[in-house]
Amino acid sequence: MVSRFRVPGIWREMDQLQREMNRLFEGSSVKHTSGSHKYPAINLWANEEGQIIRAEMPGIKADDINIDVTSDTLTISGSRAHDKAVENTRYHRQERGYGSFTRTLQLPFMIDTGSVEATFKNGVLDIKLQRAESDRPKKIAVKSE
Amino acid sequence: MAKKENKSLEIPKQEVIKKDEMERIRSHRCFVPKTDIYETEDEIILMADIPGANQDSVDITLEKNILSINAFIETEIPAGYDRVYAEYNGGDFQRSFRLSDEINQNNIKAVVSNGELRLHLPKAEPAKAKKIKVKAA
Repeated sequence: MVSRFRVPGIWREMDQLQREMNRLFEGSSVKHTSGSHKYPAINLWANEEGQIIRAEMPGIKADDINIDVTSDTLTISGSRAHDKAVENTRYHRQERGYGSFTRTLQLPFMIDTGSVEATFKNGVLDIKLQRAESDRPKKIAVKSE
Repeated sequence: MAKKENKSLEIPKQEVIKKDEMERIRSHRCFVPKTDIYETEDEIILMADIPGANQDSVDITLEKNILSINAFIETEIPAGYDRVYAEYNGGDFQRSFRLSDEINQNNIKAVVSNGELRLHLPKAEPAKAKKIKVKAA
C-alpha cells in the first residue's frame, strides 16, 4: 500500500477506478443503519427549511401516538395494544411486537413548534418540522467603505 | 399449544428470500410482513403488518390452498428534500401460507386499517368441534 501512488500507468488507473466504484456504491451521503433496534425506525429527509421524519408504525391508532416537541428535541411515544384475548384462543404464530415505546430525537436546529405537522396514514407517520425563524441562517450584507 | 411470548416492538424488517420458483419484476424491495395467526372456535385470524398499504394496494389470492398476500407500497418521496438518514427501507410485502382443508374458502374476509391486515378465515363446518352426546343405553 505504501507504493500505491508511485506505481505508474495501469495500476494508477485501477486505483482510480476502484475509488470511483467505491464512490458509486456509497451512493449519496445517506447513512444507513440497520439493527439499531429502536422503535419506531425512522427515515429522515432534510432541506434548508426543515426536516421530514417518517416512521412505519403499523397497527397503531393515530390517537395512541403522542408527539412532543421542545426547542430542538422531538419525542414520539405511544403504545400498541395487544389484540383482545378471546376465550379459547390458540396462537399458531406470533411475530408482531406489542407494548409501549418512546423515542427521542435531537435535531440539529431549533424547531418552530407552532408549525409542526404530523400525519398518520396507513400506518406510516410523517412529521414535518420547520426550522425556527430565529435559527435560520442569515445573510449578512458586506458594506464597502 | 403455541407458547405465548412477549415480543417487544423493536423487530427489524426482514427481506423476502428469493425462491427459485418465483422472481419479481418490480424494482422495489420486498419484505416479509410480520404476522400473527391465532385460532378461535369458529375461525382462524391472520394479522399482518403492512405499513403503507390500503385496501386498494393489497392483493390477496387463494389458489389450491395457497393463500398469497401481496401488498404493493407506493412510497411518496418528499419533494424538495434530500434523504439524509435511513433506518429502514421501504418496499412491498409478500407472504404465502398453505391453508388446511378445514377453511371455508368462500367466506374469507379481509380488512386493512392503519397498515394492518386482518384476515378472517372461517372454519368449514365439519372441522368445528362437535360435542357428542353419550346416550345411556
